[in-house]
Amino acid sequence: MYVVELQEITKAFAGVKANDRVTVRVRKGDIHALVGENGAGKSTLMKILYGMVEPDAGTIIFEGTEVRIGSPRTAIALGIGMVHQHFMLIPRFTVAENIVLGSEPSRRWGGLDLRRAEREIQQLSQSYRIVVDLRARIETLSVGMQQRVEILKTLYRRAELLILDEPTPVLTPQEVEEFFTTIRRLKTQGKTVILITHKLNEVMTISDRVTVMRHGKVAGELETASTSAREIARMMVGDDVGQPVQKVPRDSGERVVDVEHVTALNDRLLPAVRDVSFTINKGEILGVAAVEGNGQAELVQAITGLRRFTAGRVAIKSRGATGRPSPRTLAHIPEDRIKFGIVLGFTVLENLILGRHGEREFSRLLLLRWEKIDEYAERVIDEFDIRPRRKDLPVRSLSGGNQQKVVVGRELSKDAAFIVASQPTRGLDIRAIDFVHSALIKERNRGKAILLLSSDLAELLELADRIAVMYEGRLNGIFHASETNERELGLYMTGFQKQHGLEAAQG
Amino acid sequence: MRLPRVNFYPLAGPALASAVSFAIGALFILAIGRSPVDVYGMFFSQTFGNSYGIGQVLFRATPLMFTGLAAAISFRGGLFNIGAEGQLTVGAFLTALVGCSGPWIPSGLLMPAALIAGIAGGALWGAIPGFLKARFGAHEVINTIMMNFIGTALVSYLVTNVFLVPATVHTPTIARAAEIPRLDLLTGAFQGAPVNLSLVLALCACYATYIFLWKSRPGYELRATGLSSNAAAYAGIDVARQTVHVLAVSGGLAGLVGSNFVLGYKHYFELGFSENVGFIGIAVALLAKNHPLGIIATSLFFGILGYGSLTINTVVPKELANILEAIMIMFVIVLTRLVDRWMLAVQQRPAA
Repeated sequence: MYVVELQEITKAFAGVKANDRVTVRVRKGDIHALVGENGAGKSTLMKILYGMVEPDAGTIIFEGTEVRIGSPRTAIALGIGMVHQHFMLIPRFTVAENIVLGSEPSRRWGGLDLRRAEREIQQLSQSYRIVVDLRARIETLSVGMQQRVEILKTLYRRAELLILDEPTPVLTPQEVEEFFTTIRRLKTQGKTVILITHKLNEVMTISDRVTVMRHGKVAGELETASTSAREIARMMVGDDVGQPVQKVPRDSGERVVDVEHVTALNDRLLPAVRDVSFTINKGEILGVAAVEGNGQAELVQAITGLRRFTAGRVAIKSRGATGRPSPRTLAHIPEDRIKFGIVLGFTVLENLILGRHGEREFSRLLLLRWEKIDEYAERVIDEFDIRPRRKDLPVRSLSGGNQQKVVVGRELSKDAAFIVASQPTRGLDIRAIDFVHSALIKERNRGKAILLLSSDLAELLELADRIAVMYEGRLNGIFHASETNERELGLYMTGFQKQHGLEAAQG
Repeated sequence: MRLPRVNFYPLAGPALASAVSFAIGALFILAIGRSPVDVYGMFFSQTFGNSYGIGQVLFRATPLMFTGLAAAISFRGGLFNIGAEGQLTVGAFLTALVGCSGPWIPSGLLMPAALIAGIAGGALWGAIPGFLKARFGAHEVINTIMMNFIGTALVSYLVTNVFLVPATVHTPTIARAAEIPRLDLLTGAFQGAPVNLSLVLALCACYATYIFLWKSRPGYELRATGLSSNAAAYAGIDVARQTVHVLAVSGGLAGLVGSNFVLGYKHYFELGFSENVGFIGIAVALLAKNHPLGIIATSLFFGILGYGSLTINTVVPKELANILEAIMIMFVIVLTRLVDRWMLAVQQRPAA
């Protein structure tokens, strides 16, 4: 018994087939995972199902009858709900106001009957045990809470089939567990869930069935119980994912980066970083774990010279560069690549020298050496597999993953003693993530000092030598990566304090 | 040497747009009971029909290239320079002053010195609002406009009270050594038209700006800052310093306007000589999409409009000629955008 059958769906954008005769069947009451690399066609397929994109060919059969879904409105009427990767909530509205938005219950004269709405939402949240404060403004809620609101919103509109587009990267480990509980509860109440994700461990944990997409086609459809993460990964990428570069044990003890008592304000001039101190040695990756908005972004900006700090000191000690790091003496993969990492109006070529344009290799006197830049750009495009392989394209026309590769390629090909990498794999597919991980470990093995921020704790545990946890602008413990786990980090990220945890790895 | 390829497709929009604007202008001519055929016939025969007319068009296009470049380079740097009028006034005045300081400057250096004085005056007048923006965040639109008032009033005071030649509204005549030769004397063409070697200087400035923007490091930094000041700061570019530099370079280019009028034509500075080229330069730059080579074409277009509307003064009221000119400018800009959008839709966007 299928709730929805997508049959032979084909959709091309400017001649490139995003979906090529894709057939996916989703059983009623299943948690159905949809996985694939960036650009494999998952999002396009789901946008077709939600009526945001019209397919060139193919049919959609919903609960046994063929339907034409021309707009999200039709999808909602059919009982399909979608939670987008970027939440569609109005920050200044309350939870209840956001939930009813677009399907407001009205009184006889057109007035908004928010009371009635609140009662209805209250019943919903009780029956699914999704707890939120209906009167709270969205802007005051954590990301995990906001996600609950999005889910309630689809339930309020009587969705039977929920599409969740990469729901977990923004959540803390504890929130992920709560999220999974919610999903399971939806299942027991008879709802069907389609889950788009990159993370294979999540697929294995939560899903009943999994569809793997590759290059716009279905590479396989499997029962989760009778497959393995390894098999799924192989289907996604086409061949076995290579083993990551092994970390060479290093304990040089030679300090490269010294951060002492750094204190900084955020954009609203409130204290964001409070008295943070740490050191990074040669050949060491220091990870930073924190829930969004606990000062880690401001800390990175202060360290990289993009934000002034009100107290403290940051210094690099190495041959070549000494003193305060500047954009010219460090490699920096910024978290917000659109805002800081690239110039959208520039070509790939021009972006590949951003911040490096003053290097002797690329400019002489006042002129840029385009022949040298061309050679270098071709090398980076090749090495980092930036697609399409054209250096003269505007970077704007690249996919998000490839824009990220432009930034990563530029920064990691730079010979800096100190590398700051902020969410370097966000939005990348498995192969690219693998590549970035290997590249970071290689740089570490070559003796670089690396500061790594990531919301993916598994990534931190895999790459970092030590992990510093930030909470409300302060360091709430530094741990040896080999002696901690996601659960412990998650606790400290949400403010848990234990005295000996702090001292464990400070030395 | 590898430069971005010059693409002629951007010219299609303006070309089609100007054709349509002429057609719309015809309706206005009909409305006052004149024949568009007669008026346009005169318009074109006087501008293209003889070498004098062409010379007049080129003479009018020359200062527009400088002010067009001034506007374009500030737009490229992410700033609005509305102050070209003040910058060129100060620059041209200094050009005239240096031009008549014959005894103190060796005659061989007099002309370059006068040009440099013009650049310096314009650059100073641009750098001041640049500094106010960089240091205090004061918006450059307001400040460049205020500097227009200050610049024109100051120069006006100095001309009428200090340097005036009695019974005129201009400064003393510059030394012969400072003059820029007219093309009719050099080539025999454009007989009687005031077009002079400043035109060559303007063309060189267009090309130099093109090289600067796409081949030099400071040009790269300027464009990066203009497109994303955050990314520029990330790349280690001092955005505050950029602001001052961009407006100084922009003002310096505007300051070269004096070469055409003061050194190449009248040989003195006269109040009100500019006829708003500082403002028209903004339209010149926008129409050329801020491309320095495109500015050569759009300056010529505006030169034709300017001189053409002067010639038809004899058959239509002066006011109508002015209205016609302004309508043309507006329509060309609007239609260029429409045509571009239409062409983009036809080409279809690449896949995301």
